[in-house]
Amino acid sequence: MSIPLHAGTENCVGPEKGEITPAFEKQSDELVSRYPVSKRSAVLPLLHLWQETFGYIGPRGVEWIAKKLSLQEIQVLELVTFYPWFRQKPYGKFHFRVCRTLPCALGGAGKTFAALQKLMNLKSDGHEGAMVSEDGRFSLEYSECLASCGTAPVVLRNDEFYEKVDEKRASDLVTGCR
Amino acid sequence: MNPWNHDVAKDEKDLVDVQVDGVWMQMPRGLNVVEVAHRAQKFIPHYCYHPKLSVVGNCRMCLFEMGTPKMGPDRKPVLGADGKPEIAWMPRPQIGCATNITPGMGIRTDSALVKDCRNGVMEFLLINHPLDCPICDQAGECKLQEYSVEYGTGASRFVENKVKKPKNVDLGERIVLDDERCILCSRCIRFSSEVMKDDVLGFVNRGSHSTLTAYPGKSFDNAYSLNTADICPVGALTSKDFRFQMRVWFLKETKSLCASCGTGCNVTIGSREGKVHRLTPRENEAVNSQWMCDFGRLNFHYLESKDRLHRPLLRAAGEQFPGTWADAIQRSVDGLKKVKPEEIAVVASSRLTLEELFVLKRLLAELGVNRVDTVPNPGQADNFLRSGDGNPNSRGTELLGLSSGGRKLGSWGTEIESGKIKALFVLGGEDLIASGLPASTLAKLDLLIASGILTNETTRLAHVVLPGAAFAEKTGSMVNVHGRLQRMTRAIAAPGEAREEWTILRDLRMALTGGNSFHSVEDVWKSMAAEVSQLSGLNWARIGDLGIQIESVAQAAGVKAG
Ligand code: SF4
Ligand code: SF4
Ligand code: FES
Repeated sequence: MSIPLHAGTENCVGPEKGEITPAFEKQSDELVSRYPVSKRSAVLPLLHLWQETFGYIGPRGVEWIAKKLSLQEIQVLELVTFYPWFRQKPYGKFHFRVCRTLPCALGGAGKTFAALQKLMNLKSDGHEGAMVSEDGRFSLEYSECLASCGTAPVVLRNDEFYEKVDEKRASDLVTGCR
Repeated sequence: MNPWNHDVAKDEKDLVDVQVDGVWMQMPRGLNVVEVAHRAQKFIPHYCYHPKLSVVGNCRMCLFEMGTPKMGPDRKPVLGADGKPEIAWMPRPQIGCATNITPGMGIRTDSALVKDCRNGVMEFLLINHPLDCPICDQAGECKLQEYSVEYGTGASRFVENKVKKPKNVDLGERIVLDDERCILCSRCIRFSSEVMKDDVLGFVNRGSHSTLTAYPGKSFDNAYSLNTADICPVGALTSKDFRFQMRVWFLKETKSLCASCGTGCNVTIGSREGKVHRLTPRENEAVNSQWMCDFGRLNFHYLESKDRLHRPLLRAAGEQFPGTWADAIQRSVDGLKKVKPEEIAVVASSRLTLEELFVLKRLLAELGVNRVDTVPNPGQADNFLRSGDGNPNSRGTELLGLSSGGRKLGSWGTEIESGKIKALFVLGGEDLIASGLPASTLAKLDLLIASGILTNETTRLAHVVLPGAAFAEKTGSMVNVHGRLQRMTRAIAAPGEAREEWTILRDLRMALTGGNSFHSVEDVWKSMAAEVSQLSGLNWARIGDLGIQIESVAQAAGVKAG
């Protein structure tokens, strides 16, 4: 009945296409019911649920959640844009996060990032946020501290964690995607 | 009712001892430190704090040094040599907007630490600021400018690149946003959500990229949106109507009223060289607090309309020609003398001031004219300030017995047709044709005199047209729908030969009946106070800038309904 919780995007069908199933409704209602004092508090759990189900949070998600919690859309959008974990566009099937906080930056995160970018054939559009490959297979972005400074540089591939990712390891990670 | 009102004490008599910059004094319990400092003639600079909105404490400009009474081992305050409690100062500053006073609290608003804090906050606020004061409408009334001068260093140490943000963002029909100027105080968001219940504004993104925005696809154009341009401490939100029109330091400020509905919001008229550039709300807790509606705020451009009546007009050979005031008065007098008093009908106007109406009342009494009424002007009431009465002074006409709420007016058409009414005097720019009288009926009159501001169908048919003054061009008083008597003051002169109606009526009266007792507004008030029971004991000066309640709100409502 319940929808598996994971950070990857394998199950992503795209919010504009994805169907809001009775199971999804039920799970959201259950999340809302955990906050009897103020259902506004359910906004973060619902955002996670939406992203886990549909891959990203577009206007449809923002509006659906706002309606569910009797909020205004802007109040939901504020949160979506505040937390880097939430995304407003579809990412690749395999999403890479490279830590760029100081220890990783000193440990060579820049080189790792450049290697991944080359391997995935990604072009930067000069903006903050993730780059996505044309075929939708890969996406890549920097993140802040992933809490493993002793094994810098570190990388998250979907929700799998990798340590000491030098250029060689980076290449293994990309080829290991299937 | 505003749930915040931080500047209003719950009980002015429930006092606690506090020390402000070394001086012990008593202040009402529950006030916050910004308000207490203000009452102590000190000033704590602040951006996000606004007395009519919730407290968020996000700008940190109001930092002050706080202390509490030193306690002895007996848990009693330690007294100093002066017999007053000694204060233990906290090492870290506190924010004044979110700190309410407690008994014995010490407050320092001008210590070295406090000055240092303000300097630091100013430096942070200016890091990404575009410094485009020369082209910014807020310049001259900008808190960022003022506090920079007062509390900043004057020079920037920032050599990195500034964050770029959207400029010239069209937020809605009347407001433009410059995100680079926004200091993220959230006053506009709180006004929209708490006062207007219209949440479309919010901050997106994070840190130095935080950006004020309206939800994509929605526009920020509620009926009170322009109040955010007033409370925005910087030039981020500007009024499309006012921007790039006039530097604010050139504006002459005149205390007056909005005359666009029966609420009579208190306003400040900003004018320069005979031109009104803007209206801004003037605080009056009994009427409009610090707000006004966008409609009333922008409803002054007709002052410069090309339809403005500038000179008296006299009809001859089927056409209207400009004439002198002397001719216009003479022609009116001659015409009115030719008919009997019971053949005269007068449309007084709830747009006129009490003073004007009183001179009219005198004149009609002296002539023996009884047929007088006003044209109702129903407007769209909202649940906030806007009244369902589109006239600013309906209560005034009722008070002086010059109105039957339009009930008499109904039969005048037939009475003109049957020759019972031969002369009609229409004041205040009322347009009888627009309110349903056929032009062919008005054409049957021996004499039609019309005074007003703009040309309309009725003035076009008149034998004599008397050009009058608009609200910003005259001094006088009005009674709002809640029974509050309030003053308006002339900001600019009426254009051309147009004149305040009370002087027109005064001259007409002198020529018609010889009555010449009114030479000033004060003279009018003397007679009026003696004659109208609700005004007894009052005079022009006593009304004051904030007006005076002459009937209870319930009374005023009751008379209206009845
Ligand atoms: S636009 Fe003005 S009022 Fe709104 S958050 Fe920015 S600075 Fe404050
Ligand atoms: S509510 Fe009425 S008086 Fe107040 S600003 Fe609007 S139109 Fe003018
Ligand atoms: S005014 Fe107190 S923190 Fe902004």
